[in-house]
Amino acid sequence: MTNPQAAGERGEELIQLIDPSGRRTPHGEFDPWVDDIEVEALRRLHTDMVAIRRVDQEGTALQRQGELALWPPLLGQEAAQIGAGRALEDDDFIFPSYRETGLAYCRGISAEDTLRVWRGNAYSGWDPFGKNMATPQIIIGAQALHAVGYAMGIKYDGGSQAAITFFGDGATSQGDVNEAMVFAASYQAPVVFFCQNNHWAISEPVGVQSLTNIADRSPGFGIPSLRVDGNDVLACLAATRIALDRARSGNGPTFIEAVTYRMGPHTTADDPTRYRDANELDLWAAKDPIERLERHLVDLGVDEAELKAAAGEVADSVAASLRQGIIGLQDPEPMEVFENVYSQPHAALDRQREHYALYREQFADASSATEEGAR
Amino acid sequence: MSTVLKVFKLPDLGEGLTESEIVNWKIAVGDSVQLNQIIAEVETAKAVVELPSPYSGVVTELHEQPGTVVEVGNPIVSFDVPGEAGSGDSPVGPAAPEDADEAPAQREPTLVGYGAEVETGKRPARKARRQGTVGAPPRAAAPAPEAAPAEPAPAMGEAAAERPRSTPPVRKLARDLGLDLERLDGSGPRGLITRDDVNAAHAAGAPAGTGSPSATGETGLPSGAMAAGAVRTLGGQPREVRSPIKGMRKHTAQAMVDSAFTAPHVTEFLTLDVTPMMELLARLRADRAYQDMKLTPLTIAAKAVCIALERQPTLNSRWDAAAGEIVQQNYVNLGIAAATPRGLMVPNLKDAQGLDFRAMADALRDLALTAKAGKSAPEDLRGGTFSITNIGVFGIDAGTPILNPGEAAILALGQVREQPWGYHGEVVLRQLTTLSLSFDHRVVDGEQGSRFLADVGTIMSDPGMLITML
Repeated sequence: MTNPQAAGERGEELIQLIDPSGRRTPHGEFDPWVDDIEVEALRRLHTDMVAIRRVDQEGTALQRQGELALWPPLLGQEAAQIGAGRALEDDDFIFPSYRETGLAYCRGISAEDTLRVWRGNAYSGWDPFGKNMATPQIIIGAQALHAVGYAMGIKYDGGSQAAITFFGDGATSQGDVNEAMVFAASYQAPVVFFCQNNHWAISEPVGVQSLTNIADRSPGFGIPSLRVDGNDVLACLAATRIALDRARSGNGPTFIEAVTYRMGPHTTADDPTRYRDANELDLWAAKDPIERLERHLVDLGVDEAELKAAAGEVADSVAASLRQGIIGLQDPEPMEVFENVYSQPHAALDRQREHYALYREQFADASSATEEGAR
Repeated sequence: MSTVLKVFKLPDLGEGLTESEIVNWKIAVGDSVQLNQIIAEVETAKAVVELPSPYSGVVTELHEQPGTVVEVGNPIVSFDVPGEAGSGDSPVGPAAPEDADEAPAQREPTLVGYGAEVETGKRPARKARRQGTVGAPPRAAAPAPEAAPAEPAPAMGEAAAERPRSTPPVRKLARDLGLDLERLDGSGPRGLITRDDVNAAHAAGAPAGTGSPSATGETGLPSGAMAAGAVRTLGGQPREVRSPIKGMRKHTAQAMVDSAFTAPHVTEFLTLDVTPMMELLARLRADRAYQDMKLTPLTIAAKAVCIALERQPTLNSRWDAAAGEIVQQNYVNLGIAAATPRGLMVPNLKDAQGLDFRAMADALRDLALTAKAGKSAPEDLRGGTFSITNIGVFGIDAGTPILNPGEAAILALGQVREQPWGYHGEVVLRQLTTLSLSFDHRVVDGEQGSRFLADVGTIMSDPGMLITML
């Protein structure tokens, strides 16, 4: 009888290509999928991870400084997001949750566009069809349905693209994700379900909501699954490439469980010290995705100081332009709330716009009265 | 090198928080800090968080001491920041606030959500509304005699706690003009206060709340002194909130004083095993004939009281001091104390002695629903002869209830719960409850009161014994 809580830690079930000490561990099935990843490519993955960690830290700082209303940190999940993001083709469509800053970065979406919605300045930061990435989904797991619908559309159109959806361990307990898996399997849709098991659904540990590994859920729907070390960027890259290849060659959906850890709070409004053990953090800090890749690159002969400096330079410039951009954002005008709700004119919305304008005019009157009163 | 003074104001660190406590400072005046360097620990209602510096520069002032609870939007630290055009890490942009001129009389463009409005020490208007002193002259300026509420108390039945009816733009206008809507009469439909009403009151020179309405806390201390106290108050509310004594509260208070200081109260207790009654209720609930009825211990108690009053009529009497008579009432207007949106009320069932079991159950349910909806008619509240208060619903065992004025007795029902009890020579778990009976010792002697309580107890602990009382 195994302890379900400990099940997530059993190493032999976790596919890993780079272990926490930085050592490359051979894997017969996965290795061919990453044999093109030489030192330079590894360095690019490293730089990506360092950059999104900086964007993430800047997001937290900006929230603490009153520049953002809220921020959901990704700290600790860099490898899962960059590994998956760099496996995608530009015309594959991403359906993220709200924590996929790394995927937006891979899509070339500016950090400023990623963060503006958290400032409350915009409904969304970018045009989904311009970037082939949907805007952040706040409703837990709803994006899985969208991804499957999109993938079914690809199949009807005879396209070679794939759809990929990102969600957390908690979302796998949601109806939407389970319904999405039913349809994906029935229609053999070209879709990848990418679960970042970061161990915590806000304050609920993963062991409480699933007595088996998360990856054991999808086979019940007829969807094969891969369970990889989510802090190993190479394993995440390989797993996503395998899943995309299955999708493109008509073999239907794949489920990936990337086992990682949310090192930060759920959001900036959360205090994880109230519900989790600090020892757990130490355990996972030792498995840090960036540090392990640094050790691996040093083993390959890369100069550590030069590696860090180069990546840090990219991160600094991303962070500086992000801060500049966010602080420079103009507050939208109140009447702009009606823009971009529908793509075409809509009578009901026009009526609301008219009423709201009239309502606002009454306040204009009040402020002029104040000035008189002040005199 | 020229420098610019930058003031960092406490942001909303959670979602919709209005204040946070400075736990400690990691910096001191004169320190050079870097962008995002941790400068303080701050505790919000949700978490203790670290505050990263929004600027690179030199600390010139710490506006608040550790331990202080600061409202969102108030300045906490000032920096001298090297000249504007500076390095990319200085958060300067087209919309950056010009904090240097310290006149933030408008929305702070860098803040989002709830923190945006600068409140300059005022309590949020929503909190202040019920205090009853917004717009009143400062207490210190008007010593004691004037402090009593000068306005006539509203009519008894009026829902006094409801805020005046108006619309958001008019509320804002009134607030901007320093007028308290509580003091205005609305000329619109159903008492709606209109823009014209506010303007008219303003023109007539109605008492404008000079300056910030509650700049002086109710303790008479300036709000700064309150804040320096540094202790979080209950519910995070102002230290004291004063409400005028009016409406239901005033009515209830007068009734309680009248009762407590005219009728000498005696209270007796009886703890009993009501397992048979609970079993009877369970049987009845399972019976299709009773399925649409709401059957509770109160139903049985109400029946039991009506039967026991017939055997001890003095408990259903009235002391008529004016006439110099004791009135024995041979009918039962059975009052049931109810917690309603307007406060404590005791509506009564007229002629409860004539209600059969089903009619009693239905009437009790209707009475409770009507009272909870705040719709009891004045007629329902008058003419009671005996009352029951069901404190058991709050998980309470016993108490010393105060008589509903004019009545001779009141019975409190405690909660029913499993407790060890001697039963057939063994200690077993039984369903127990405690009855508390208060009676007016002018009318009722200990003997009658005790017999009455014993009778009610007998029916509730062994409903079959009822046959011996009919």
